[in-house]
Amino acid sequence: MTRALLSLEDVSVELPTPRGTLRAVDKVDLSLMPGRTLGIVGESGCGKTMLSRAILQLLPKRAKLSGRVRFGGHDLAALPAESLRRLRGPELAVVFQDPMTSLNPVLTIGTQLIETLQAHLGMDGAAAARRSVDLLAAVGIPAPAQRLRQYPHQLSGGMRQRVAIAIALSCEPKLLVADEPTTALDVTVQAQILDLLAREQRRRQMAMILITHDLGVVAGRTDEVAVMYAGRVVERAPTAQLFARMRMPYTEALLAAIPKLDSPPHTTLPAIAGRPPDPTRPMPGCSFSPRCRYADDHCRHAKPTLADPERSGGFYACWHPLTLPAAVGT
Amino acid sequence: MADSTSRLNAPLLSVEQLVVEYPVSGRTLSAVADVSLTVGRGETLGLVGESGCGKSTLGRAVLQLRRPTAGKVVFDGADLTALDGEALRLMRRRLQLIFQDPIASLNPRRCIGDIVAEPLVITGITDRNERERRVRDVLAAVGLDPDVVWRRLPHEFSGGQCQRVCIARALILEPELVICDEPVSALDVSIRAQILNLLEEMKQRYGLTLLFIAHDLAVVKAVSDRIAVMYLGRLCEVGPTEAVFDRPAHPYTALLLEAIPVPDPTVMPATNIATGEPPSPLDPPSGCRFRTRCPRADRLCAEKVPILQATAGGQTVACHHPLTG
Repeated sequence: MTRALLSLEDVSVELPTPRGTLRAVDKVDLSLMPGRTLGIVGESGCGKTMLSRAILQLLPKRAKLSGRVRFGGHDLAALPAESLRRLRGPELAVVFQDPMTSLNPVLTIGTQLIETLQAHLGMDGAAAARRSVDLLAAVGIPAPAQRLRQYPHQLSGGMRQRVAIAIALSCEPKLLVADEPTTALDVTVQAQILDLLAREQRRRQMAMILITHDLGVVAGRTDEVAVMYAGRVVERAPTAQLFARMRMPYTEALLAAIPKLDSPPHTTLPAIAGRPPDPTRPMPGCSFSPRCRYADDHCRHAKPTLADPERSGGFYACWHPLTLPAAVGT
Repeated sequence: MADSTSRLNAPLLSVEQLVVEYPVSGRTLSAVADVSLTVGRGETLGLVGESGCGKSTLGRAVLQLRRPTAGKVVFDGADLTALDGEALRLMRRRLQLIFQDPIASLNPRRCIGDIVAEPLVITGITDRNERERRVRDVLAAVGLDPDVVWRRLPHEFSGGQCQRVCIARALILEPELVICDEPVSALDVSIRAQILNLLEEMKQRYGLTLLFIAHDLAVVKAVSDRIAVMYLGRLCEVGPTEAVFDRPAHPYTALLLEAIPVPDPTVMPATNIATGEPPSPLDPPSGCRFRTRCPRADRLCAEKVPILQATAGGQTVACHHPLTG
C-alpha cells in the first residue's frame, strides 16, 4: 500500500482578533497520495487559504495551529526552521494568487531562478543559468534567455505567473500548492496557466493541491475535491463522483449559483440567501444551516461530522444529505 | 424577449465612432479605437473583453468622466461630448455608474444613510423628510433594512451588502441609464448570484437601461439582451446574446467561450487555448488587432482593418474570415 504524501489530522487554526478568537480552520482531516491532485473549493473566508498556509507552515505568527500536518514522514509543525527551509523547494513548493507580490520586484527573473537553484540544489552559476533557461522555456515563456535579464514589472500578469510556476517547479517538488493561481488573470490566460499546471503535474508525477473559489476550475483538472465552508471540509469525494452525486446541500447550492452558459438570458439565478457565518461566533449546529433549505431544528443544534456512511468514497457532513443526483443547471 | 421590443424603440444611448486616447510617456495609447454602438431603451447591452481591451474606458467616456478624443456620445438626442459645466451636470443625473470594488467606492467615514442621500443633497433637494423617505425606499428596494443600516459605516458590511448600497446610491436619482463596470467580479459566487438577480429586479422596477461591462461571459449572458465583444480597443462582434453564444462569428469570441472553465468533469477542458496574450495597446498589430493570436489570420488580416458587417446569424462581425455566415 502506498503511503500518503500529505496527511492532515484534526488540523485547526485559530487567530486572535479584537472581536474574539477566529477559528479559521476547524478540525480538518485530509490526505493526499503522491502524484495525485486535490482541489480545495470554497468562498472567501471559508478557511481554504489558512489551511494551505498550515500545510506550508506559513501561518501568521499570531496564529495557533493544532492537530498534525504530516508530510513524507515529517511532522511539519514540529520541524525546526532549518529543516523546514530544506524541505521547501525540493519537496514542497507554492504558487500564490498574485505573482507581482510573490516575485521580488527589484531582482531580475534570472537572479530569482538561479538563486533558488543554487540554494536548494547546490548548482554552480553557469549550470543554474542554463537550467533556468530550460525551465522558462518549459513553462511557455518565449525568448527565455532574454527574459532572465528582465524584471517582474516588465512582464504581463500571465508571464509573471509562468515565472512563479517555473521557480516553484525548479527543484522538482513532490507537492505543489497552487493557491488561486489564476484568479488575477484573464480567462484565456487562465486556461493556459491551468493547462500548464496540469501538464507539468502529470509529467513530473507531482502531487498538487489546487485551491480555488471556482468549481469550474477543479472540475476537469483534479482527482479529488474537498469543499470547505466556515473552516470545515463539508464534502469530499473523487471529482467525477462529487459532480455526479453531490450529497451536501452547500455544494449543490454553490454549483447552482454559477451562471450557466446554456441557460437563456434573464434566467433568475438560484442564489444562496444570506451570507457565511461570523467565524468569531461558533455555532452549535451545522454552520450552513441558516442558509440551507433543508435545515431543521436538529441541524441548528448538532454539528454533523464528515463521514462516509455508505462507504462510497464520498464523505459529507450533513444530517439531510441529497439523495437524488444533483439537478445541474436547474 | 426584450430583444424584439428594443428594436422598435429609438436607442437611448448611441456611441458614434468613439476614440479615446491616453498619452503615455510621449506615445499615444489608443484605448478605444473607432467604436460605434447603441443601447435601446430598456435594453441591457453586455460589453465583454479581457483586461486592457478598453471596456471600462468606454464606460467612462460615455459619462464624460474621460473626455473622448473624437466621436460622439448621444444620450436621448443630446451629444454629451458637446456639453460641459451645468448642462453636463444636469444630464449626468440621468446616467449613473456602479463600480467593481463596492467597499472602495464608499466613503469609509460616512454612514450608509448619508452616503445614499448624498446625490439628493447635491441635486438640491433640501427637504429632509423627502430625502429620508427616498433613501428608505431605495434601501428597502435593494434588500437592506433602512432602520438597521442607516447609522452604520461601510466597514461593518460585507462586499455584497456594500454593492447593494452602491446600487441604492446609483438608483436614488432614478436614472435612465446605469453603467455597471464589473459589478460582481469582486464578489463570491453565492453573493454574485444575489447581486445579479437584484440588478435584474431593479431594471424592471425602475425601467432601467443597462450597459453591463464584465470579463466573465457567463455573467454577462445571464443579464444581457445583446452582447458586444471588444479586443484591444475595437469591437469584434455585436449581436443578440443567444446568437453570439450559439454561433460566435468572430474567432476571438469563440476563443473566449472555449476558455471558460465548465463545472462538469465530463467536459474535458479545452487545451492549447490560443497562443500568447493580448499585445500591448501601445503598439497594436496592423490590420486586425486580433490577428497575432488568430488561427485564421492571413496576409489580408495584416493589411486591412476589418469593418463590422452583418452576418446571416443576426450579429455584426469585424473579421475577414468569420466563423459563420
